Amino acid sequence: MLVIALAGAAALLALAAIAAISAGATAAPRIVYGTSLVIATVSLVEAATQLLGWAAPQTLTLPFGVPWLGAHFHLDALSAFFLVVVDLGAASTSLFALGYGRHEQAPQRVLPFYAAFLAGMTLVLLADDAFTFVLSWEFMSLTSWALVTAHHRVPENVRAGYVYLVMASFGTLALLLAFGVLAGPDGHYVFSQMRATHPAAALGALALVLALIGAGSKAGIVPLHAWLPLAHPAAPSQVSALMSGVMTKVAIYGFVRIVLDLAGAPAWWWSIPVLTLGGITAVLGVLYALMQHDLKRLLAYHTVENIGIIFIGLGLALAFKAYGMPAAAALALTAALLHVFNHSLFKSLLFFGTGAVLTATGERDMEHLGGLIRRMPQTAFVFLVGCAAISALPPLNGFVSEWLTFQAILLSPHLPSWGLKLLVPAVGALLALAAALAAACFVKAYGITFLGRPRTSAAAAAAETDGFSLAAMFLLAALCLIAGILPGLFIDALAPVSWVLIGARMPVQIGVPWLSIVPIAQSRSSYDGLLVFLFMIISGGLAASAIHRFASDRLRRAPAWDCGYSDASPATQYTAMSFAQPIRRVFGSFVFRARERGEMPPPGDMRAARLSVELHDPVWETLYAPLAAFVGFGAERLNRLQFLTIRQFLSLVFAALVALLLVLALWS
Amino acid sequence: MVLIRDLLIQGAQMFLVLLAAPLFTGFVRKVKARLLRRQGPPLIQPYLDLVRLTRKEVVLAESASWLFRVIPYLVFAATWIAASLVPTFRTGLLFSWSADLIAIIALLGSGRFFLALGGLDVGTSFGGIGSSREVMIASLAEPAMLMIVFTLALIAGSTQLSTVAQFMASPQVGLRASLALTFVGLVLVAIAESSRIPVDNPATHLELTMVHEAMVLEYSGRHLALIELSSALKLILYVSLLACLFAPWGIEAAGAAPPALAIGVATYIAKLAVGGFLLAVFETSIAKMRVFRVAEFLGVALMLGFLATLLRFVSESF
Repeated sequence: MLVIALAGAAALLALAAIAAISAGATAAPRIVYGTSLVIATVSLVEAATQLLGWAAPQTLTLPFGVPWLGAHFHLDALSAFFLVVVDLGAASTSLFALGYGRHEQAPQRVLPFYAAFLAGMTLVLLADDAFTFVLSWEFMSLTSWALVTAHHRVPENVRAGYVYLVMASFGTLALLLAFGVLAGPDGHYVFSQMRATHPAAALGALALVLALIGAGSKAGIVPLHAWLPLAHPAAPSQVSALMSGVMTKVAIYGFVRIVLDLAGAPAWWWSIPVLTLGGITAVLGVLYALMQHDLKRLLAYHTVENIGIIFIGLGLALAFKAYGMPAAAALALTAALLHVFNHSLFKSLLFFGTGAVLTATGERDMEHLGGLIRRMPQTAFVFLVGCAAISALPPLNGFVSEWLTFQAILLSPHLPSWGLKLLVPAVGALLALAAALAAACFVKAYGITFLGRPRTSAAAAAAETDGFSLAAMFLLAALCLIAGILPGLFIDALAPVSWVLIGARMPVQIGVPWLSIVPIAQSRSSYDGLLVFLFMIISGGLAASAIHRFASDRLRRAPAWDCGYSDASPATQYTAMSFAQPIRRVFGSFVFRARERGEMPPPGDMRAARLSVELHDPVWETLYAPLAAFVGFGAERLNRLQFLTIRQFLSLVFAALVALLLVLALWS
Repeated sequence: MVLIRDLLIQGAQMFLVLLAAPLFTGFVRKVKARLLRRQGPPLIQPYLDLVRLTRKEVVLAESASWLFRVIPYLVFAATWIAASLVPTFRTGLLFSWSADLIAIIALLGSGRFFLALGGLDVGTSFGGIGSSREVMIASLAEPAMLMIVFTLALIAGSTQLSTVAQFMASPQVGLRASLALTFVGLVLVAIAESSRIPVDNPATHLELTMVHEAMVLEYSGRHLALIELSSALKLILYVSLLACLFAPWGIEAAGAAPPALAIGVATYIAKLAVGGFLLAVFETSIAKMRVFRVAEFLGVALMLGFLATLLRFVSESF
């Protein structure tokens, strides 16, 4: 199975080469996306078989890469699970792109990198030595960077690409150092050797910090998220879906692989930075999202929130594992991984929907949309499913993983350390806040975009999207529902992963009566998505049929009532900015120093009154802007080195040589 | 036999809350009117209103979509399920394990999510103002409620409402600081969530501070009837929740003898009467708040819930 996954990656690379040569051909998009779809589906089936069958890990060494070392590959339960996530995302995205990709203006800038990007993500998951891992990681970063700057004539995209490139290189550097720390004194580069070395406590902690920076920056942990809301929206929509729904998960894989697998037994306080950053990321991510009116940017910020939720689960798993509570650790880890899976489903779905809206209207600014539910009924329906799922509403899948995370938090009073006793309730409160704000955010996203009346003529003239795109969206929406009403199946499927990492698993769910899920014990907590779903259908249907049968089913269309002040202009509707105004006043005045300025001309003056909102990005202004200023300042100073005379250059070289010799002499 | 009896009891519970909800709303209105020295509408007025509304035709705005017509049923279904999962006269009902307290909160969240979408669907400014304020209130009330759930779950060792209620009825609860904080917090959340004074005014939709009534302004006929019924259900849900958690006397444990059932029903009705009376007194004695004061009001609830959870994390004895 490892061989097939590797062959798939190789085929994708070959496909990228073919696409690079023949991207001008009209059939090229269909060939590239169609072939990617087939490869991803085959690989998906293989990975799922590996995971569900509890198959033994497989290893393979290929004779390339670093001489005398070779390239090592490995497929265990953890890799197989993430391979399922990547391949499912890749398959649905390719299906979507079969339709959506036809509208691409510059296919030669997208197609080769698309296939190469998929190959890069697969190779990261299969890599079994530091060199192959970092190489694939960097390959994944660079191909996605090329996709971000595909539409390079838009100045915003160029800036996004620049910020992304800087952050990605920085992250890879941190990962490189993390592997350097884990390699130990003998320089083991193969993962199995690293696992056997058991680094000292301080080195393990250093690896944790470096992994948090390296993988966390790719996943979008606050404050390393700055590139994400710029880069994800800049790419074509199918790539945005891949980057947000899938690539961030590969980053999570990197973190889990290093911290829970390679770095050895965790110390209890490792969980503190992970939990703190997770909680802050969840709340700040969703608050940022609420302030946006660009649909794609809103979704990108929302990815940041979900990454926070996943990191909360991982932090709890670390704490439980360190204190030898394997059952609780398995619960927390399963919650995090299930959220990884769920988020990849609904985030891809939502980005597809945005892509469909973008094709139909040419707009992704919500203030220019509205009323699309009448023009694009099917897209509107699946987008609604995605919104409900991401807002963690039962009976859909987002609720299940958040519910499991809450259950894991409720187990944490048994943790003996006082730091965690104080931290975990705070993280729980942040998670609860994030969950509630997410619902507000998606009421806004859906309500402003799809409901109401069209705000522009482009929105009024929108047409339903093509069949391939719809098929991909319906597929993901159906999976969201299935994972929501039969969560036991998915929890059981994750058992081999927690068995590998924790040495324990959650109780078997498949035999529980009525297909409900019971994380610890029936008397403690249980949830049955299937029954809730059936109850909702039955009681809603009962009410509808009873009322229609016995009372009235008459209906009359009339102008909107609006308390008698009905106004024909769609400009009187609530906009994205005005919808968020109450929340901006409650939270934004503190977090973003939000200020509203009303400008009311005096009587007799015919100018329009204006209301402007001023927001400050706390992370950018306190961290990135000073850093950029410092780098700029330093570069300015060092610039003088270019204009020295030859004598000065020579003396500089001499001084450097002496300094190095001195260091060498003092070192030994 | 046992299964059929359990099914019957579960069904009885579902229809009990459904039938009692309008009566409870009517009772609160009546007491409020009497406190204001008015005669007030008859107790059964809410039923008459519902019947009248269902018989009328629906006047649908021209810009309303299919979602607008589905939402009342969705909201009703979610609220009814949530309300029928809260123990009223009996714990350990047949389906009580299908959704725990967190899921009940999330079900109410589903109802609110769709109702807020309904407010935006027609594309009028009143619907928008209602929806945007509703989600602001929810964004504070829901975390507060979750913190309260955390505290209760940590005290009773379960998020299963049935188990929690049984634990609260047992003598091992005792007086706890965290419970006192939870109680106050839950009352604040209940007031906000069921759109009562001082957070929202259920009696009017013609003042600028309105929330819930503005959101449902475009609804009429049977759709409005379902939404009214849902808000009545939500109110009775929160009163039942407070009753089964903080006044668990008389509630019948699963498997008790039939006479206990009668006692359970009788005490439940008595609890509702007391709860309704207190609510009416509270509402008449306090003025409605400005809408941005609600954030402070619910911030208090959130802080209380958080403190209570923190206390439980620090020590089992609080």
